[in-house]
Amino acid sequence: MKSFTYERVDSAAAATAAFARTPGARFIAGGTNLLDLMKLEIETPSHLVDVSRLALDKIEATAEGGLRIGAMVRNTDLASDARVRRDYGLLTRALVAGASGQLRNKATTAGNLLQRTRCPYFYDTNQPCNKRQPGSGCAAIGGFNRLHAVVGASDACIATHPSDMAVAMRALDATIETVDAAGKVRAIPIADFYRAPGKTPHLETVLAPGELITAVTLPKPVGGTHIYHKVRDRASYAFALIAVGAIVQRDGTGRVALGGVGYKPWRVEAAEAALPRGAKAVADGLLAGAKTTHENAYKLPLVERTLAGVVAQAKG
Amino acid sequence: MKFDTPATSNPIDQMKIVGKPTNRIDGPLKTTGTAPYAYERHDVAANQAYGYVVGSAIAKGRIASMNLDEARAAPGVIAIVTADNAGKLAKGNFNTAKLLGGPDIEHYHQAIALVVADSFEQARAAASLVRVEYARGKGAYDLAAAIDTAIKPQASFGTEPDSAVGNFAAAFAAAPVQLDARYTTPDHSHAMMEPHATIAAWEGDKLTVWTSNQMIAWSVGDMAKTLGIPKENIRFDSPYIGGGFGGKLFNRADVLLAALGAKAAKRPVKVALPRPLMINNTTHRPATIQRIRLGATADGKLTAIGHESWSGDLPGGGPETAVAQTRLLYAGENRMTAMRLAVLDLPEGNAMRAPGEAPGLMALEIAVDELAEKLGIDPVALRVLNDTQVDPEKPSRSFSQRQLNKCLETGADKFGWSKRAKPGVARDGRWLVGMGVAAAFRNNLNAPSAARVRLAKSGVVTVETDMTDIGTGTYTIIAQTAAEMMGVPLDKVVVKLGDSAFPVSAGSGGQWGANSSTAGVYAACVKLREAVVQKLGLASDAVFADGKVKAGRRSVALGDAAADGELVAEDRMEYGDLAEKSQQSTFGAHFVEVGVDAMTGEIRVRRMLAVCAAGRILNPKAARSQVIGAMTMGAGAALMEELAVDKRFGFFVNHDLAGYEVPVHADIPHQDVIFLDEADPTTSPMKAKGVGELGICGVAAAVANAVYNATGVRVRNYPITLDKLLGKLPDMV
Repeated sequence: MKSFTYERVDSAAAATAAFARTPGARFIAGGTNLLDLMKLEIETPSHLVDVSRLALDKIEATAEGGLRIGAMVRNTDLASDARVRRDYGLLTRALVAGASGQLRNKATTAGNLLQRTRCPYFYDTNQPCNKRQPGSGCAAIGGFNRLHAVVGASDACIATHPSDMAVAMRALDATIETVDAAGKVRAIPIADFYRAPGKTPHLETVLAPGELITAVTLPKPVGGTHIYHKVRDRASYAFALIAVGAIVQRDGTGRVALGGVGYKPWRVEAAEAALPRGAKAVADGLLAGAKTTHENAYKLPLVERTLAGVVAQAKG
Repeated sequence: MKFDTPATSNPIDQMKIVGKPTNRIDGPLKTTGTAPYAYERHDVAANQAYGYVVGSAIAKGRIASMNLDEARAAPGVIAIVTADNAGKLAKGNFNTAKLLGGPDIEHYHQAIALVVADSFEQARAAASLVRVEYARGKGAYDLAAAIDTAIKPQASFGTEPDSAVGNFAAAFAAAPVQLDARYTTPDHSHAMMEPHATIAAWEGDKLTVWTSNQMIAWSVGDMAKTLGIPKENIRFDSPYIGGGFGGKLFNRADVLLAALGAKAAKRPVKVALPRPLMINNTTHRPATIQRIRLGATADGKLTAIGHESWSGDLPGGGPETAVAQTRLLYAGENRMTAMRLAVLDLPEGNAMRAPGEAPGLMALEIAVDELAEKLGIDPVALRVLNDTQVDPEKPSRSFSQRQLNKCLETGADKFGWSKRAKPGVARDGRWLVGMGVAAAFRNNLNAPSAARVRLAKSGVVTVETDMTDIGTGTYTIIAQTAAEMMGVPLDKVVVKLGDSAFPVSAGSGGQWGANSSTAGVYAACVKLREAVVQKLGLASDAVFADGKVKAGRRSVALGDAAADGELVAEDRMEYGDLAEKSQQSTFGAHFVEVGVDAMTGEIRVRRMLAVCAAGRILNPKAARSQVIGAMTMGAGAALMEELAVDKRFGFFVNHDLAGYEVPVHADIPHQDVIFLDEADPTTSPMKAKGVGELGICGVAAAVANAVYNATGVRVRNYPITLDKLLGKLPDMV
């Protein structure tokens, strides 16, 4: 870990200002991912701006009938909120499928969206990794890539996004609210939030440097049966091989988002239209253009079968 | 004391304390976080500095240049140790690769430097500033690609690479029912909780290391050899060990580099290996490729048994002895086994819990299940049918005790084996349900072991031995032994372990620790009893009970014998040839029920049962903990544990506990253990055997066989992950 300076701020404005005046700054909230990365010198901020005490820890109803979730709401609190459990069950189920109780107590809503890939080559500073060190190459391509992306990847990077929560947020059409140092706020649909790796896999979101997430909003509830099926090699505390988050309505229509298949929570609205026709049609649409390796090709049938199981479960 | 005739009756047979389920006497220290582990021994030496190990970034080749300028200039840095400035170092007898590499690199993350600084954070930060240029060499990292180059290795720990009885080839060719299959097991990590860690301090030319080590005397000797100093000048202290599983049998880089760092820094230095270094810097269980051929008559009698195994290791290393159990487990007149060893430039392979048998039974016990299927015979019945009471390679030699059949039959009864359905039939909602069985087998080994016992006026008995407790319960069984022998309650016994200043014990390894170390304590206690009787002027048949010594009408408090001063006795248990005359082994049967999600292929263990026949069980509570821990480890080997090899760069990629998955609570819902009532008089006066390794033997195959029974899909390449099932599962509804 490199030496760094640290300050705690008490407002979003102070946070963005502190970031702007200090080169090499990073925001830190729960720190459940950033601190690990700093110990390994994968992240080497010179200054940490601690935003964990900002008054962004409330879950409030919106005028539109949805919820506005403060960026600092802890994963545990979000998962156990009565309104979330009642109206956005997919979100609760995805949250509790992730990490451990201790980590969920620390991890924040904004931080969860921004966690970085668990590609083991990204985690080993001796190995080439375009995400960690642009231009150095991708060791996962041609290496151990059983866990890696099958859609949306590039020749530069085949890493997946590890979040469960983000899969639910994607299916729920969440919007990410931010503010920058100039005080400018914007609302970014989660569909537009993550950047495809292309030739620049180190650029992971559309956030500008110093732009701070203040909240995530959910539109009004859509009803339906909410199922999150995370498939993994062991029963808990493991990242997804793949995950299926689905909301299925009585008439068989619904929404589907996938985890563990790409650089972002993966949803193809056009593919969902096939839901009444069954899992295969949806999976074909979701995974169109998939590119697999001999180690991760199993993800395609796994998505289809898991989705079929989810649909069957939704029908009861 | 020499143990060369079978034990008759002795004070241990009273079983007032030995043999009772007993809470660990060190339990409160462990559960309150006050047992001092190596890295936490802040009080043993003042002014401790921190060392951080730099591991090689390449697997094979050489360091072209190393620039320490930036690291030296970093805040807090006191010293940097490299092969260039460490002076002449030898290699320990138990190490295959050097603990401090350079300029030649033998494996990935081989230690090439230690940075010592005032704080851990400073040392770690400076370690990243050591600039190294490498000349990468060409290495061999792929076992499957290397087996054609594998050679017949030398005998390893007395195990010959080959064996042959009768005419295997002819008998196999003639057998009406044949099985010929190939199995693979991957590299495994010990993945114990406590990392390798050492604090080292020099006082003149004398070195003390506070460390975490299973085999004190081996490691003192090896460190003396490595440093080129007399072993009398080295003291090891390792009273508490947070798991070892064979990964701490030998010195690793933390010990050597802490010693060298302390010398260079002129103050005590502490070093712990971070998790990635535990995986690529230390040892692991090597991967195997195994071919098994079984020939049987139509009614299930084995006529031909062939087992070949290939594994790899660094030059100078040894094979994984995966065929060992096949020489002893089943009857059959025509037999062959062979081990071959390839050179691989991966990190060093070595012992991990039940080396040989654990991966060997992973293959053999699937093969037996496959044969049962071909024969149309129940797999329990097939094993029972092929039992042998003699060493099948040397029929004149019988087993000292062998109750494998009783283990199988007891287990089948308790587990509800008769309810097992045909493959792919049983369902519980969306789960395909199956049961599997496997035999467990592990040899019993005894090693000489010494102890010193002290009797104080208070009646307190203190035991001192360099034996280690690696989480197994050694403190407690040693206390039970001394208490039984001296006729005192458990709370009148103090046990001190892990200090090389104490008499040399068997150490913890090869499941020999429990029987051997308590036998050493027994021997010392026999001497102490003689001293007590003599001191008190009592008849030699005096009875030691209730804190008193009684003979005739006299009854004297035990402590009175030490009224004029402490009584001290020391002895060492040594062994004659009883283990050659008969075969001492431990046996068991594992039963497993799994569910396989018909849609996703996810495999979840539902319940497990082990039935063990392993001599006298000294502490059924601790033994049960050993076995359920081993069953958990076996479930990990079956379903998830695999060090993923990068065959281009030559290292284990998933080198942390996020990537190398071991079972968590949710994976292990229900376990039962039954111990058959045994006492084996040929093993020692304790009449005990090992059990800690028996518990893992066969577990993975029982899981694999249960997966087959659930799905009808046979997977021969571990771990059995869902991707290996998916294409063969029934179509979705």
